[in-house]
Amino acid sequence: MYPLDQPRVLVMQSLRGFSRTLVVSAAVLLVACSSGDDTVVENTAELVIRGAGATFPEPLYQKWIDSYDEQTPNVAFEYAGVGSGKGIAMFLAGKDPAGEVYGGAEIDYGASDAAMSDADLEQVGERGAVMVPTTGGMVVLAYNLPGVDTLTLSREAIEGIFSGEIKHWQDERITATNPDIDFPRRAVTPVVRRDSSGTTYIITSHFAEAFPAWRDGPGVGKQIDWPGSTMAVNYNEGVAQRVNITEGGIGYMEFQFAKRLGLPMATLQNKTGGYVAPTAAAGSAALGSAPEVPEDLRVFVPDPPDADAYPIVGYTWLLLYQQYPHAEKRDALKDAVLWSLTQGQPIAEDMGYIPLPADMVRLARAKVEAIQ
Amino acid sequence: MASNPFTEVVTKISKAPSSGEYAADKLLRGIVWACAAVILLLVAYIVFELGRQAFPAIIRFGIDFLIGTTWDVQKQTFGILPEIWGTLFSSLLALLLGGGLGVAMAIFLTQDFLDDRVSNVFRTVVEMLAAIPSVVYGLWGIYVLIPLIRPASQWLNETLGWIPLFGTSLSGPGMAPAALVLAVMILPTVAAISVDAFRRVPYKVKEAAYGMGTTRWEAILKVMLPTASSGILAALVLGFGRALGETMALAMLIGNSNQISLSLFAPANTLASLLASSFPEAGPLEVKALMYAALALLAITLLVNILGLWVMKAATRKFEGKA
Repeated sequence: MYPLDQPRVLVMQSLRGFSRTLVVSAAVLLVACSSGDDTVVENTAELVIRGAGATFPEPLYQKWIDSYDEQTPNVAFEYAGVGSGKGIAMFLAGKDPAGEVYGGAEIDYGASDAAMSDADLEQVGERGAVMVPTTGGMVVLAYNLPGVDTLTLSREAIEGIFSGEIKHWQDERITATNPDIDFPRRAVTPVVRRDSSGTTYIITSHFAEAFPAWRDGPGVGKQIDWPGSTMAVNYNEGVAQRVNITEGGIGYMEFQFAKRLGLPMATLQNKTGGYVAPTAAAGSAALGSAPEVPEDLRVFVPDPPDADAYPIVGYTWLLLYQQYPHAEKRDALKDAVLWSLTQGQPIAEDMGYIPLPADMVRLARAKVEAIQ
Repeated sequence: MASNPFTEVVTKISKAPSSGEYAADKLLRGIVWACAAVILLLVAYIVFELGRQAFPAIIRFGIDFLIGTTWDVQKQTFGILPEIWGTLFSSLLALLLGGGLGVAMAIFLTQDFLDDRVSNVFRTVVEMLAAIPSVVYGLWGIYVLIPLIRPASQWLNETLGWIPLFGTSLSGPGMAPAALVLAVMILPTVAAISVDAFRRVPYKVKEAAYGMGTTRWEAILKVMLPTASSGILAALVLGFGRALGETMALAMLIGNSNQISLSLFAPANTLASLLASSFPEAGPLEVKALMYAALALLAITLLVNILGLWVMKAATRKFEGKA
C-alpha cells in the first residue's frame, strides 16, 4: 500500500496547495467587497485583547502578535485590518458601530496611519486617548509594465500620473527620466484606495506639500475624489492585487504589500531633487529629518528635506485609551506595546518597515507607561 | 331478501361536506393565499425599507444624484450616472453576446440537428454553467480571460482606435472581460428557457411548414422562431435582469472606475459592484446614498421587466395570433 499511496498523497498535497493559492487570491479579491474581518481567529486564551484599524501595518502587527503570543499563553491579542478610517471610528465607539468586526464586540485598541485629529480627540470622552507611533513606513508606487524592471519618476511625472494628465506611458514626462527604457504603448491606469485609508492620507499630504496645484485641487484626506480615470479598490492588498493584474497600472501602497507580490517599485524624486529608491536607509533618513516631536507625538513628514530621504513616508499609530477599567487587560496591553516598541522594532525592520528613531521610542515608552 | 349493499356507501358519499372538510378547505386556501401574500409583502417591504433609508439622500440630492458623475465622500457629493451607464452598457453587451449564443444554442438543440440523447447531454452541460459560483467566474476572468483578450484589445486599439468602441487598450479589468463573463453567466438562463419555448411549439407546425415546401432554415427562421418568440423574449428579459444585478464577478472584473467611456476596454463600474465595494466602509450619509443607488437599480430592473413584458405581449399578438 505504502508505495502506491505515496504519489497520491503528493498529488493531494499539490492540489491542496493549488486550492490554497486560489483561496488566498479569492480572499484577497474578496476583501475588496467584504468587511475584511475574515482574518479573525477564535482564541481559547483567558484574556482576549482585540484591536482593529489600519491595513498598512497589519502584516507587522500580525507578526508581532504571533511572536508575542508565544511568551504569554494566557493572553491572546487579535488585530483586524479594516482601514484607518474605520479604525478611528471603532476606537471612538469602543466597538464596530456596524456590528460586523468581531461581531460588534468591544475593542481595546485601535490603529491608524493618520493620527487622530483634534476633532476626533474631543469625541473620545473621559477615557482619554494616547497615540503611540509603532513604526514608520514607506508608501511606494508599485507598477505593472511588462519588460520594465526599473522606473524613475520625477515629481512632474508623479503629479501628472495621479492628476490624470499623463494618459500613456510614452509621455515625455515619464520618458525624460528613463532614457534607456523602451516603454510599451499602454495606458497609464492609476490604482487608488476606495476606502478611508491612512495610506491615502500619507500620500495626499505629500502631494499637497510637493505640488501647490494639488493642495487647491483634490486636497488631503483619508478618502478623496481622485481626478482622472482611476481604479478604486479597497485595502492595501486590494491595490497590490489590482496592480498585479493590470498591465499599465500604477498604485500606491505600503512597501510590504508590493514586496509580497513581487511588484516593482518606482524610484522617486525627493524635495532636494535627488532620485531615491524605497530602501530602509532612505526611509530612516526621511523619518529622521522630521522637526521636533510635539508632546502628543503627532509627527508628519509630508516632504522630507533630506537629500537621501525617500519622499513618501509616515508613522503609523496605535490608539490606546488613557484609562482602562480592567486592570489585567491594561497591564497585558501595556507590556505588549512596550515590547513592540523595543524588541518589536528589529522585526519591523526585517519586514521592510522603518524602525522608530531612538528619541521617538523614549517618548513613546513614557506615554505608554503613563496609561492607567 | 338481500339488503342493498350500496345504501350505506351511497349515503356516505352524497352527504354534505362535514365541518372538518370545510375547515381543511379553508385552511389550504388560507395557506396558499398567505404564501402568495408573503411574496408580495416581502417585495413591498424591501422597496419600503430601501425607500425609507434612502429618503434623506433622495431629499438632499434629488435628481442630481442620477445625473451626477462624482462620488466624493470628503465633499459628500454623490452621483451615479457612470454606474448607471456601466450597468446598462455591460448588460446590453452581455445580452447581445449571451442572448444570441443562447438562442442559437436552443435552435441547435431542438431543431433535429442532434440525436436526442446527445442534445440532452449538451443541455445539461450548458445548464451546469449556472451552477458555477460567481467568484469562480471572477477568478476565471482575471486569470484566464483578461490575459487572453489583452493582445486582441491592443491590436484593435492600434488599428481601429478611431472607433470609440476601441478607443483604449485593455490594461486589466474592464468592460470587455466583464461583459464576456456576464454573457457566459446568462447563457444557461437564456438557453434553457429558449429550449423550452421551442419544445412547446407543436410538431405539426413544423410539418405544415415543410409541407408548404420550405427549406429547413426557412422553417426555423420564418416559422419556428416567430412562433416561439414570446418564450425567447421571456428568456432574454430574464437574462438581462440577471446581468443587471450580477455583483461579485463584476466587482472583480469591471475595474471599479468612476467614468463614462464608450470604449470596450476601459475600466468602468456598475451599480451592484458600487454597492458591494462601498458598503463595508460607508459613512452615514454615504450609506443613504448607497440605498438610493440600490433603489435606482431596482427601478431599472423593474423598467426592464415591464418593457420586456410589453414587447412580449406585442410579439405574442403578432406571431401567435393571441390577443
